[in-house]
Amino acid sequence: MTEQIPVLRLEGIVKTFPGVRALDGVSLSIMPGEVHALMGENGAGKSTLMKVLGGIHQPDEGRIIIEEQPVVMAGPLDAKAKGIVFIHQELSLADELSVAENIYLGELPRKRFGLVDWAELEAKTNGILEKLKVGFDAKTRVGDLSIANQQMVEIARALTVDAKAVIFDEPTASLTDAEKTVLFEVIADLKAQGVGIAYISHRMEEIFRITDRISVLRDGQYQGTVNTGDTDEEGVTHMMIGRKLDLSRNESHHELGNVALEVRGLSCGDLYRDVSFELRRGEVVGFYGLVGAGRTEIAETLFGLRDPSAGTILLDGEEVRIHSPHDAIERGISLVPEDRKAQGLVLGMNCRDNMTLPQVDDLKAGPFVADGAEIAIFDQYRDKLDIRTPGWKQLVGNLSGGNQQKIVIGKWLSMHPNVLIVDEPTRGIDVGSKAEIHNLIRDLAAQGYAVIVISSEMPEVLHVSDRIVAMYSGRIMRTFTSEEVTEENLIAAISGLETQKVA
Amino acid sequence: MSGLTRKDIGGFLARQGILVAFVLFIIGFTIANARFLDPDNIMGVVRSSAILGVMALGVTFVVISGNLDLSVGSMMSFSTIVVLDLHDKIGPALAIPAMFAMTLCLGAFIGFLVGYLKLNSLIVTLGMLSAIHGLTLTYSGGKNMDIADKEGTWFSVFGQGEALGLPVPILIFVLLAAVLGMLLSKMPFGRKVYAVGGNGTAATFSGIRRARVVFGCYLISAFCVATAGLIQASRSLGSQNTVGQGLELEVLAAVILGGASLMGGSGTIFKTVVGVLILGFIQNGLLLMGLQFYVQYVVTWIIIILAVWLDIAAKRGKLWSPIA
Repeated sequence: MTEQIPVLRLEGIVKTFPGVRALDGVSLSIMPGEVHALMGENGAGKSTLMKVLGGIHQPDEGRIIIEEQPVVMAGPLDAKAKGIVFIHQELSLADELSVAENIYLGELPRKRFGLVDWAELEAKTNGILEKLKVGFDAKTRVGDLSIANQQMVEIARALTVDAKAVIFDEPTASLTDAEKTVLFEVIADLKAQGVGIAYISHRMEEIFRITDRISVLRDGQYQGTVNTGDTDEEGVTHMMIGRKLDLSRNESHHELGNVALEVRGLSCGDLYRDVSFELRRGEVVGFYGLVGAGRTEIAETLFGLRDPSAGTILLDGEEVRIHSPHDAIERGISLVPEDRKAQGLVLGMNCRDNMTLPQVDDLKAGPFVADGAEIAIFDQYRDKLDIRTPGWKQLVGNLSGGNQQKIVIGKWLSMHPNVLIVDEPTRGIDVGSKAEIHNLIRDLAAQGYAVIVISSEMPEVLHVSDRIVAMYSGRIMRTFTSEEVTEENLIAAISGLETQKVA
Repeated sequence: MSGLTRKDIGGFLARQGILVAFVLFIIGFTIANARFLDPDNIMGVVRSSAILGVMALGVTFVVISGNLDLSVGSMMSFSTIVVLDLHDKIGPALAIPAMFAMTLCLGAFIGFLVGYLKLNSLIVTLGMLSAIHGLTLTYSGGKNMDIADKEGTWFSVFGQGEALGLPVPILIFVLLAAVLGMLLSKMPFGRKVYAVGGNGTAATFSGIRRARVVFGCYLISAFCVATAGLIQASRSLGSQNTVGQGLELEVLAAVILGGASLMGGSGTIFKTVVGVLILGFIQNGLLLMGLQFYVQYVVTWIIIILAVWLDIAAKRGKLWSPIA
């Protein structure tokens, strides 16, 4: 076997920001034709490492070496020119342009007088798309594609250059299982062509399905690299957080209180129809289903963001109408939204002010906001939720994802809600924080809170819920107790296999 | 290698550019004309900045909430003309509250369009700039407005009087800055203004009634405009229909110069006051250098561009970047 040289090697990369040593001597190498997982909790330094690789940050110490040549990355374009291509979690495509225009943006083929050579552009694009075996062509408007297909466009764009290494950052975050399979085939093709692949993900099952080696970062420090075949989930988790994790199903049982929320025959246009359920104090009801099944829309209705077209909502047995989040909050309903950056937080505001935002009118000393009371609330929930921040003055935008999510949760817990709705509580959060948030949700139920958890992750729903509502295409297919639910019957329910029975 | 690199200097200029530019201006003006740093001149600058300053206080709220107010100049003309006209008709004691009420109605109308109907504030207030100008001309019939008995009215106290050894316009400016500064930094309403401007969706998800907050900001802006109109009318006791023309840009320049972001969510009353003073000193310095007053218009534009550029540069930490 010939000795291979790494396509990409990092040597002793150090990057410090004021007050934080984000990367502390990280070294790793990616070989041609391998899929190399990069794992670590949020805040472990993965994003910073990617930014160093992409030339967005310059390292304080250490070297980036491409095929034995030390290089300086001047910026994202430079990185691409050197054969390092990024597929980001957040897509950077122009919706109004065609697939072909997006792929060759900035380097469109030209004819005389600088006119675009459309025929050539189309031919080149379709050539690449064929390799990816996708079901759309060069002329399709990108805005009309699904997220998964948009991601394929990003990948196609990566393939236009002679990529030495492709870096995937949480590529499956919004993909269905079928779409994931297609993505993995593409990755396998790249691998077969000798491209080095770095794969960042929090999802263990994917890591074990497609990667060859796993490198782990913790608190900016390189923890080591292992062959995927030589380890298991527990081993990796241990490297990531330095302790073991509880991945079991919810088995705690305590006395349930009265019915806090009852929904009867609730409908909202085509989004969901005839939804009925009840939620008791001390109970966690999980809503499980595919993206688009109507779960988030139900939460939005309960929180006053959508008016229902039919049906009634009862809080403590009393019929209520909720027309705005303000109404909902006054009635004791809280929502930890799906998208914490867009909906949950004002990123340019400090931790304390974010946390007390819904109750700022009630925390008054004379006409002024009571500083002391605010800090007391922040301190209480910082300790309770173990939020790691230098202090309340820290801007929320500077925290890691897990800590940001805890700020949002703290914000709503401090309101002592009658009904707490949590939409995708651990999306984009590392395993360690995930487990903490799961335990927290169980604790809340034990303390008598009525909680709705909406999630697309089955282990999460199984782990936290007393009952599970399975939704498919805007309807509740079945409600399971934690005893009767199995992975099989849950999947059957959410994929519409029981539709006939209901219709 | 020791010493400053080009990059260090670029980063410093990006963060502190406005202050650096200001210091350079001051040094230049002082060399050009020693009177620039004379206490009388400084007092004069502060005094003549008071009207602009009062308006800038209100616009600070609007800008932090993530919107614009380009109607303040023509609204100020309206307030001035109305109060002067009513002065002789119903007497100053009634004219002042009547003028405030009418100006607040205009602010409420803008607040309704931008807050509740969610129309783009640039379009709404640009349109209002023109519409209110038309309203003023209709009201006055296009004639200048003058108070008949300029010697015998107490109305002149707001623009010409002195109290506690200070000109009244300065006192009003300082008082209003203190009150609005408290409102913005210490009271729940202020917190909501930052939240709405910082992330309107998250503010809504936190139960903040965004429309109300935006509406409130335009009311505050209108109140400040009415106060500025009162000072203006009282100082001159007579006015053209176009007295506030062009002030909207100067006001905006002062607010941005102070460091409020046009994206909303940041800025303070204190910074706006600093911005007002910087603008006032620069304009005064240009006059002392013997330049015609209309040079100011060009300079104001340059300052806006500089301030916006440095605002973006400060966020990136460098003066120029290939990506936004």
